[in-house]
Amino acid sequence: MSRAFPPPHTLAAAPARRQASRWLAYASPVRFYPLAGRMAPWFFAAAALFALAGLWVGFFVAPADAQQGEVYRIIFIHVPAAWMSMFIYLVMAMYCALALVLRTRLSSMMASALAPTGAMFTAIALVSGALWGEPTWGTWWVWDARLTSELLLLFLYLGFIALESAIDEPRRAERACAVLALVGTVNLPVIYFSVRWWNTLHQGASVSLTAAPSMAHTMLAGMLLMALACWMYAIAVALVRVRCILRERGLAGAVVEGRA
Amino acid sequence: MARAFLAIVLHDLSLAWRRRGSALSSLLFFIIVCSLFPLALGPEPQQLRTLAPGILWVAALLASMLSLSRLFVQEHADGSLEQLLLSPHPLALLALAKTCAHWLTSGLPLLLLTPLLAQQYSLPAAPALLLAVSLLIGTPVLSLVGAVGAALTLGVRGGAVLLCILVLPLCTPVLIFGVGAAAAADAGMSVLPQLSLLGACLALALFLCPLATAASLRIAME
Amino acid sequence: MGPASAGAATADTALRAQGLSFSRGGRRVFEGVGFELHAGQLLQLLGANGSGKTSLLRVLGGLLPADEGELCWGGEPVRSGEPEFLQAVAYLGHANGIDADLSAAENLRFAARMAGVDDSPARVTDALRAMGLDPASRAPVRTLSQGQRRRVALARLALLRRTLWLLDEPVSSLDAASGERFFAQLADHLRQGGMAVVATHELLPGASQTLQLQG
Repeated sequence: MSRAFPPPHTLAAAPARRQASRWLAYASPVRFYPLAGRMAPWFFAAAALFALAGLWVGFFVAPADAQQGEVYRIIFIHVPAAWMSMFIYLVMAMYCALALVLRTRLSSMMASALAPTGAMFTAIALVSGALWGEPTWGTWWVWDARLTSELLLLFLYLGFIALESAIDEPRRAERACAVLALVGTVNLPVIYFSVRWWNTLHQGASVSLTAAPSMAHTMLAGMLLMALACWMYAIAVALVRVRCILRERGLAGAVVEGRA
Repeated sequence: MARAFLAIVLHDLSLAWRRRGSALSSLLFFIIVCSLFPLALGPEPQQLRTLAPGILWVAALLASMLSLSRLFVQEHADGSLEQLLLSPHPLALLALAKTCAHWLTSGLPLLLLTPLLAQQYSLPAAPALLLAVSLLIGTPVLSLVGAVGAALTLGVRGGAVLLCILVLPLCTPVLIFGVGAAAAADAGMSVLPQLSLLGACLALALFLCPLATAASLRIAME
Repeated sequence: MGPASAGAATADTALRAQGLSFSRGGRRVFEGVGFELHAGQLLQLLGANGSGKTSLLRVLGGLLPADEGELCWGGEPVRSGEPEFLQAVAYLGHANGIDADLSAAENLRFAARMAGVDDSPARVTDALRAMGLDPASRAPVRTLSQGQRRRVALARLALLRRTLWLLDEPVSSLDAASGERFFAQLADHLRQGGMAVVATHELLPGASQTLQLQG
């Protein structure tokens, strides 16, 4: 006969709950779902504002470059996108580390929510790089260090997304992708270093998209504003996506069932 | 622990001997791919000589991916992997043992063949030897990183291709340094920087990859 | 409870489970499972297919993490992958865990070496003979029938000299005679101070406790 003892303590993060601040309470998917819904519109609004400011500075306030003319303005899209693609990967890896150590499901879901956005920014960086390269150097693709690293980063993102979609069982998918993201993070500095090394070996000091025109203050301001816009957008989209993931996995809580 | 390590290496080697068809087929794949490039690029010796390190390295990379996709599959299917997970020895050590055995049956034959295949590319003896040395240091890294990928994609739909997608980008540093070493040797320059970078990659992989492989195996078996 | 001992069970060594629950794919597989098992005792898990017997055995062996609850061995809580506990456990799941390309004797020798026990040919021969197999055969396991392969896996159990046996339907593909042979071996194991948790469909004679899983 089965003797059911009351569970003495759960194997989850019991000590953390004892010293729980309000923040940790939101690690519960059910609590986080409505919070994410309330926060997302604000971040979208912030993103729109920053984007407007950044584009205005980039396309109207900043002076034209002596050598490259108006074409260089694509830097206001290319560089922030590249920054965000790397930043998002690091944030993803941080969430994955949390997921593996604390075994919280929301952390891995945040990582899964961020991956497509990170891949998108990488793709934007690559495409904008190509659009910059064509008028400037006459080719659509340049094997410079930054573009090559972005290409490899895109492969890492796509690998993460592919692994997640290939594994049926959600918990296994979350944990496997977490390990993959951490392995990728450790590998990233090695990849960047090796690509830079490879680039200097083969091309010397020739074409490079990182050889930007000397930074006027307005240009830097424009890039920072665009970077902030991308960051707000990434947060907003991640929040929306994580809500979808929560609904998909049936963790959003009973309150949701009534809503469309 | 050393006894268990050795037991696994010898066990996997005798298994590989019984199934030597598979090991030989990836070797054959390596040879065929190396023969394809001259057919595609033209027989001009000088061009082939310049391209030889790159082509041989990429072929070695692809052949390793093929053999890696079989790394844990049989054990997973017949339940031996379960027994390994239940062993009191550290799983990272057992994973390292299996990776070692895998390298001995796939990476080592590859690099032994390389000086021979380099002849097809008119690569002189000294650079060919250094190419083999770069493979000697580089192919274990491929096995180590690939083992993590093999564990992650265990039993997954489309596992072999997925393994390639996951592992190949992670192996680009090894590719760059390995080819760099052979190319430098051919140009008469010092190979020490590239070989030490390869050595550093190997040291890092030896430390981190067995741990990641062990974690991935546990995840795959849950 | 005294400190854990690696190896033979003393009077203090016990397997104690409390409040174990596990869910998979949104479904609660089992919950609130608790029992206490001492040396010489046999716990039998009963239940229909899908009731969670396999999952419970895997949780006990540490292959699956329990969602809630506690498992203690010899008074100390068991963490996943803990060597002291794993040194005392022998697990046999649905899969046999033997390599099809090696012979039965080679499989057992490898298992003995991994377990750190004596892998002498004499012991391997005895273990194989006890399950009615030919120890001199060099044929790969691939050529044996399902029942014979299961018997090789069962022969491994006695060879490893582990205290706790976790068995998932051990005699499912065996004929009656081989099944009897195995139960004699199980009785020997219990007599020598071992303990076992066995999942089967029908009630075993000599079971000290039973646990019915609803699923």
